Amino acid sequence: MDNTPAEHHVPKTPSLYETHKKVYPQKIAGRFRNLKWKISGAIMAFYFLAPWIRWDRGEGQPDQAILASMNLGRLYFFNIEIWPQEIYYLTGILVLASVGLFLATAMAGRVWCGFTCWQTVWTDLFVWVEENIEGDRNKRMRLDKAPWTFNKIWRKSLKQLIWIAFSLVTGAGFLFFFNDAFETTINLLTGVGTYAEYGFTALFASTTYLLAGFAREQVCIYMCPWPRFQGAMFDEHSLIVTYEAWRGEPRSKAKKNNPNAPVLGDCVDCNLCVSVCPTGIDIREGDQFQCIGCALCVDACNSIMTKLGRPGELITYDSIANQVARSNGKSAKKRVIRKRTIAYASLLFAVIGLMAYGLISRTELEINVQRDRSPMFVQLSNGDIRNGYTFKILNMINVPQTFTLSVEDLEGAQMTVIGLAKDLVDTVTLDVDGDSVTTFRIFVRTTKDALDEQFEDMHFVLINTATGERIDYDSRFAGPVR
Amino acid sequence: MANIERDEVSGTDTTGHEWDGIKELNTPMPRWWLWTFYVTIAWAIGYMILYPSWPTLNTYWKGTLGYSSRVELNTALQDRDKARAPWTKKFAALPITEIAKDRQLLEYAMAGGKVIFADNCAPCHGSQGSGAPTYPVLADDDWLWGGNLEEIETTVRYGIRSNHDEARDSEMPAFGDDYLSVSQISDVSEYVMSFTNTSKDADAAKRGSEVFVEECVACHGETGQGGRDFGAPKLSDNVWFYGSTREDIIKQVSKPRHGVMPAWQARLDDVSIKQVSIYVHSLGGGE
Ligand code: SF4
Ligand code: SF4
Repeated sequence: MDNTPAEHHVPKTPSLYETHKKVYPQKIAGRFRNLKWKISGAIMAFYFLAPWIRWDRGEGQPDQAILASMNLGRLYFFNIEIWPQEIYYLTGILVLASVGLFLATAMAGRVWCGFTCWQTVWTDLFVWVEENIEGDRNKRMRLDKAPWTFNKIWRKSLKQLIWIAFSLVTGAGFLFFFNDAFETTINLLTGVGTYAEYGFTALFASTTYLLAGFAREQVCIYMCPWPRFQGAMFDEHSLIVTYEAWRGEPRSKAKKNNPNAPVLGDCVDCNLCVSVCPTGIDIREGDQFQCIGCALCVDACNSIMTKLGRPGELITYDSIANQVARSNGKSAKKRVIRKRTIAYASLLFAVIGLMAYGLISRTELEINVQRDRSPMFVQLSNGDIRNGYTFKILNMINVPQTFTLSVEDLEGAQMTVIGLAKDLVDTVTLDVDGDSVTTFRIFVRTTKDALDEQFEDMHFVLINTATGERIDYDSRFAGPVR
Repeated sequence: MANIERDEVSGTDTTGHEWDGIKELNTPMPRWWLWTFYVTIAWAIGYMILYPSWPTLNTYWKGTLGYSSRVELNTALQDRDKARAPWTKKFAALPITEIAKDRQLLEYAMAGGKVIFADNCAPCHGSQGSGAPTYPVLADDDWLWGGNLEEIETTVRYGIRSNHDEARDSEMPAFGDDYLSVSQISDVSEYVMSFTNTSKDADAAKRGSEVFVEECVACHGETGQGGRDFGAPKLSDNVWFYGSTREDIIKQVSKPRHGVMPAWQARLDDVSIKQVSIYVHSLGGGE
């Protein structure tokens, strides 16, 4: 640190980077702090506990309720089981998440940032550890400046140790969503885990450690793209954390029986709102991009106002429109329903509806037929024409099923199926295993005279023998060039 | 260096170098950059010691870890063989007909056979046995030497006219070499065409039938049904190997062409031969 007084500085070339100023957020109690802990608790509880929930899926199937298994190529969510080709559900969830985020932002500003973002939640946790070991803001600042005494060394090391422990647990926790939680824990602890398991644990642990322990507000200010474009979701009716300058200014140090009281504002310039701010800014300078909307300065200011017996909410969660109204002495009213919120909300419900529809009408069976391209067709010794098809049946439920297969719309069509029907048949019975893809090689043949065109449209008909359900699959039959 | 001069304007130290009154500013590399650089140097030195690196006069420095990419490849191949062992053992032990009865073995054979076929057989027989001019289609139901699993396996293993002792072998005489007259050849061709009702000259066909009985029946059969013992093609079907026109047939009778297929035993192992035979059998014509 360069401590030369400013006037002795030789002019410097301007730096591209701002010098990092360490922020020491002060502890504050209050309404929003409580809410934040509750939300953090819920998020962490989900993150750390959800993978341990069990869900019986029957013999040989994973019994973890929430599991995105890369090995099995399945995404399990309680009784839902998503196959790789249904990955659009994931797209749907992502779309849902972003529209939800837009709606929340349009209504209540940066609530995502202030209350639910992982960066915020884990930073809160890390700061809480720091606070409990090194003390509150002033103590921490002093400790950082102090020489390396035993006291400093043990506090700093203990903090690092706990941070690292939290990071490792967080890192490993991420794996549990992709691999069985119990098995992976045992693997990791007994030293028999794979490189991938240790590697990813180390990766997520180190990012947690760096981002929550050190980078903190720098992530929000410099790294995260979200603050850069969320301004597009705001309007003057969105709630934001704002300072009622019209009421607070001119600020002055609190003095009892101040004879000039009437002309002074409510702000007593105690700086508490700055001290508690996790990004180290002064909200009284107006709305700033660094503000993550955590509302801790609201708690801070309210605590002071209550002590002084002045009206609270000098720093408040309010909309710009309301603030303008209030400063003009008009009464403010909340406008939740606006064009923007209606648009986001209808989009949100549309996506939810679409996904719900998709899930409800989701077939548990999919057919995939590939007609041979080489050879396009085969001429048999008696002059008949034959086409080959690779027939795949995806049975997405864990119960074996039986189907009968026949061909329609192709005159004189008969089939042979490798391994099932050696001689020509009209229909064939196909047995399909549960929860798997079964492949059949099917040959369809007909006489040359039956073909009017080089390519005839025809279709396969699959009938579930148990339920009678019928599925058609359109395909084509190729013959010689006409 | 006691008195380092500091540049007034930029506030940066100078190096003390001066050219024509122009002084050089001392702007060292960023510390993190340098350290990264040093670490890579240290890494490189360690690497050179541990791994094969420098050439020496007649060999090279082998590295203290004893690593070699050749050994790595061999281990990988051994691992592969080990992983395949449970399968290959069954394949080696069972006759091909038994393998084809086991659904799992069948699927394994088809998957492996597909690759083996594409690498070795497809250049002549076309992908998925679609055939090529003068190379037989393997997907149809017409077989020269037999189309059941064992017959296919024998053909693949020993080849056709491959000079292997067990190879399938036969030769159609060149009837054009002073053996039959031009008109006799023409007549017999006409008769051959009559098997598929494409003959237009009934008289010639009739004359040809006598020649056919004399010269051809032994291999191609009385009704032209072919003879698999000699790889003699069926003459009464729609599959023509060297062409179905009158000219084509005359040409083949006068100076026959014969296909050759290598004995794959020399190039593929037993398991691969069984796999590829099962695959060929599955292409559509297997009997
Ligand atoms: S700015 Fe980005 S990282 Fe910071 S709280 Fe908001 S979303 Fe999270
Ligand atoms: S200004 Fe207030 S709301 Fe914004 S980040 Fe700081 S403490 Fe949180």
